[in-house]
Amino acid sequence: MSAPVVIVGGSLAGLRSAEGIRKAGYSGPIKVIGNEPYLPYNRPPLSKELLSGSGEIDEIYFPIKESVADIEWVLGQAATSLDTKEQKVTDLSGASHSYSALVIATGLRPKPLPVDSNGISGVHVLRTFDDALALRKQLLPGVKVVILGAGFIGCEVAATAIKAGCKVKVVARGHEPMEEALGKTLAKEVKRRHELKGVEFVKGASVFGLIGDGHVQRIILDSGVIYDADLVVVAIGSLPNTEWLEGSGIDISNGVLVDGGLRALSSDGAVIENVFAVGDVARYVNPLFDEVPRRVEHWNLPTETGKRAGQILGKQLNGESVADMLAEPFAPLPSFWSDQYDMHILAFGMTYLADRSELVAGELSGECVLEYFRNDKLVGVCGIGMRPTIQSYRTKFSLA
Amino acid sequence: MIKVEVDMTKCQHYGQCVFEAPTVFKLNSEDKLEYVAEVDDSELDNVEAAVDICPMQAIRIAQ
Repeated sequence: MSAPVVIVGGSLAGLRSAEGIRKAGYSGPIKVIGNEPYLPYNRPPLSKELLSGSGEIDEIYFPIKESVADIEWVLGQAATSLDTKEQKVTDLSGASHSYSALVIATGLRPKPLPVDSNGISGVHVLRTFDDALALRKQLLPGVKVVILGAGFIGCEVAATAIKAGCKVKVVARGHEPMEEALGKTLAKEVKRRHELKGVEFVKGASVFGLIGDGHVQRIILDSGVIYDADLVVVAIGSLPNTEWLEGSGIDISNGVLVDGGLRALSSDGAVIENVFAVGDVARYVNPLFDEVPRRVEHWNLPTETGKRAGQILGKQLNGESVADMLAEPFAPLPSFWSDQYDMHILAFGMTYLADRSELVAGELSGECVLEYFRNDKLVGVCGIGMRPTIQSYRTKFSLA
Repeated sequence: MIKVEVDMTKCQHYGQCVFEAPTVFKLNSEDKLEYVAEVDDSELDNVEAAVDICPMQAIRIAQ
């Protein structure tokens, strides 16, 4: 029997890759190695519904389609190394897994507290179901929460913590909350709404150290200010899980560099046969915007990358030509949203690239839509409420 | 015919499905999801894509 397709990473992108392989008609063995103990589950609720409610893991599992019901799951095992010559992945238990083709879907992990915690507990991150469970137990009325980072995760945790009756401070090095994605105008408005709910923003600072007897009691900022803190949430971004690929020859300078067919590239730009990368860990050019390869951490991209990689790989394994598929440009339109209080933010495109934004509908203080431009070219749209209007922009992004 | 079911207790009206299957799903002027419950077999691929992309995993294809 030939070696299975091995997918490293048991989350959404890995699942969609497996489905794509089957959709292309390949029926051989598939093995998924995942470092979490769970089958693939949906992460967006972790910072929202699941963080405030009493939801359990079985409410957020993705359905396992009939086409992938026969795949083998090796869960709770992180991959530790890759040998592309021998076509083998080794996991933490020391077991080695031969593959006929490999899909890298190891995703990201949160950046840890940037200083030594000295063993003080009460410091949380949020990426996995277990993280959400640990954090939600602590979000109790009157608890003083200090959140490091004012990105999407930081702001969503702030909103959830306020709803739970916590006292919330958000400490960030940068400017306004979610400014990179929302631009200054909208970010300022979002900040105003957070402040109305009671969130206090502390700008231009980061953590210097923690004080506590076993559990955190206070946090010292590098500005010298000290705040009481019963709980610290670290939400300062994430790191690609690529350490296990060191020495494999794959370009892992920032995630896994892939071509438009999601095929892994070596440091000198050559395609590495039978190795693909998908989801948050993949870095690729999106011709909708420019020629710069980027990692993009938005909801629809694990699905888009997984489906495409799976279908190309499945055809290839069937001995069919994939030239047509590779010739088709890969130009997915990133899509993201965020719910904070009664504020529903929805966006398409790469608002991050913009040098200016412009209010085009509604009012900033209520519901609104903003267009985002780079060198006067539309690169994104974002708004609060007004979803049908924002939705209508999806067709405005196309390849020239 | 394909029967489409949306669990409206889960749906948060993100409208991701609208792009995948615009003849089946739409957001109305109140930002709420509306959908056609019975569609032609030719829509299967689009509805499947909508099922996959739903952030709340609220859409089902009933047999």
